[in-house]
Amino acid sequence: MTIDFSKYPDEHGHFGPYGGVFAPETLMAALEQLKNEYELVKNDAAFLKELAEDLQNYVGRPTPLYYAKRWSEHLGGGKIYLKREDLNHTGAHKVNNTIGQALLAKRLGKKRIIAETGAGQHGVASATVAARLGLECVVYMGANDVVRQAPNVARMRMLGATVVAVESGTKTLKDALNEAMRDWVTNVDDTFYIIGTVAGPHPYPAMVRDFQAIIGREAKQQALQHENKLPDVLIACVGGGSNAIGLFHEFLEDDSVEMYGVEPAGLGLETGQHAAPLCKGKPGVFHGNRTYLMQDKNGQILGTHSISAGLDYPGVGPEHAWLKDIGRVNYVAVDDEEALQGFRDLTRFEGIIPALESSHALAYATKLAPTLSKDKMIVVNLSGRGDKDMNTIAQIEGIEF
Amino acid sequence: MSRLHTKLATLKMAGKTALIPYITAGDPNPKATVGLMHLLVEKGADVIELGVPFSDPMADGPVIQKAVERALIHNVSLDDVLEYVRVFREKDAETPVVLMGYLNPIEAQGYEAFANAASSVGVDAVLTVDMPPEESKGYLEALQQANLDRIFLVSPTTPDNRLSAVNEKGSGFVYYVSLKGVTGSKELDVGDVARNMKRLQQSLNMPIGIGFGIKDGATAFEMAKIGDAVIVGSALVKLIEANQSKGSYDIHLAIGNKMTEFRTALDNADALKRSGVEYELV
Repeated sequence: MTIDFSKYPDEHGHFGPYGGVFAPETLMAALEQLKNEYELVKNDAAFLKELAEDLQNYVGRPTPLYYAKRWSEHLGGGKIYLKREDLNHTGAHKVNNTIGQALLAKRLGKKRIIAETGAGQHGVASATVAARLGLECVVYMGANDVVRQAPNVARMRMLGATVVAVESGTKTLKDALNEAMRDWVTNVDDTFYIIGTVAGPHPYPAMVRDFQAIIGREAKQQALQHENKLPDVLIACVGGGSNAIGLFHEFLEDDSVEMYGVEPAGLGLETGQHAAPLCKGKPGVFHGNRTYLMQDKNGQILGTHSISAGLDYPGVGPEHAWLKDIGRVNYVAVDDEEALQGFRDLTRFEGIIPALESSHALAYATKLAPTLSKDKMIVVNLSGRGDKDMNTIAQIEGIEF
Repeated sequence: MSRLHTKLATLKMAGKTALIPYITAGDPNPKATVGLMHLLVEKGADVIELGVPFSDPMADGPVIQKAVERALIHNVSLDDVLEYVRVFREKDAETPVVLMGYLNPIEAQGYEAFANAASSVGVDAVLTVDMPPEESKGYLEALQQANLDRIFLVSPTTPDNRLSAVNEKGSGFVYYVSLKGVTGSKELDVGDVARNMKRLQQSLNMPIGIGFGIKDGATAFEMAKIGDAVIVGSALVKLIEANQSKGSYDIHLAIGNKMTEFRTALDNADALKRSGVEYELV
């Protein structure tokens, strides 16, 4: 492939036709400031050193690349390795990004951080770094998600964050993002908005990707150590797409590596009750960038459904939109049932309880692995652990809590 | 010269401040909108700003969010909004109409198709909240070719170096967002607005309308002293919400009274300006 992926996005935040800065005027100056500051720090040795130390000593990186031997043998095909982002402090990949953005907030002298959250993992990761740096933290969360991810709500409150249940719209992640934007417009002088995924206006998609790209950099080294070769296949779930781009980015120029981004098909792609804009949506502009969206013919954003709150979002990061169009990454979908089976399989075969989000990637691995020969290496991004999903799972499985 | 440009120029010559009320199209139901537009004109509106409902109005406060939700219960689409304007134009060929909304419904139609349709029903200008000048390639040309004015927002945080893009790409008037916040929020700091307006008047080459947070006659009076146009939205939309269960008579009565309050305030400010009495900016 002849594309130099390091050249994207361009200076205005565009990935081909996608991305950009479609933001209300009040935020334009703050976005410009953030862009300039980020440009400064991303090549600043002192900043990168502080970030690396935090990731090692506070987050617990590097995370292992674990060979899921029993599960692989059961499936009878390719060898499945798990990139163990679930072992990060706070339980998911989200903290890789919040650590980086919090350091930026500190440099910019902001006293208050805000965040949106779906499953609550980004909210917890934001509340965690806020506690550590002594910053005020407000987390916006859809009222429906507050109920289904109650353990994470409790964690955020214990960490000292204010959790605001958002009652507008569909009461899920997109509405939380709207509300966070409204807060930011109002308090732009003293507030830093830590966006949790690779969406939003430039520079967020590029910045969050860069902070998450450590996943793929580590995985590449570890694959060489384990198997003395690059992986043949990468699989990651895609909501906004931060864990997926984090794993994929380092490998984009390695033509031999096939990549699958797994969207949530909810009750089934044909039912309309899903959250799979790349598989079933079309391009539009939402939350500050141009990307694939779930929308009706009039351009209204549609409500979404997924068993996993963290994937329950009608848009997707603009880089994924572009990677889809140029054919570098395959985007597929698995439904709620299949994800649940992925959850059960990993729990029972490997003794690892995955997040329902990551279970989508696992479910796709169960489909793909048997079609591959035993010398093929699959890396699945195990983006988070399932503790937060105990309520949902216990209810479905009829387990007394 | 566009209908909007002519209107604002005429008012300026006469020493008058333009009153620009906002309502959300389709609120509280699709049948209400054209009647409300005529009422606004009857009660002193110089230009009408008509909100296009969008599922995720991220720059709007709770009052307009709820108005949008009321409209979307009836699935009011951009096509429906254009139809209201067409019907309005059957009886009013004079009052400029500005569409205000978010980009995605326009993206869904396509820039050119939208611009041509809007122009043909009698829309005069378009203000898209999440379309800054930087991203407006294609959008701008489509509106220009259909003779629609392009209104951009300027806020207290807009640095001087971005104002030239607004001069170059905008037309009709500039919408000055008078506070950091969403529509209908908190108290306006009149002194703060006045200081910023001085800066803007030196740099911008077109009329400046002031909006966000103007909830009563007293605030409108202060804004009329320093701006070319005063834009009021949430204060009116709130009355639709309060009276929706009572029916259109009560809605019209409440909106009519509020409009009279605003119009009187603007006329008083204009009289003061015309009298040549020196007044101090706060």
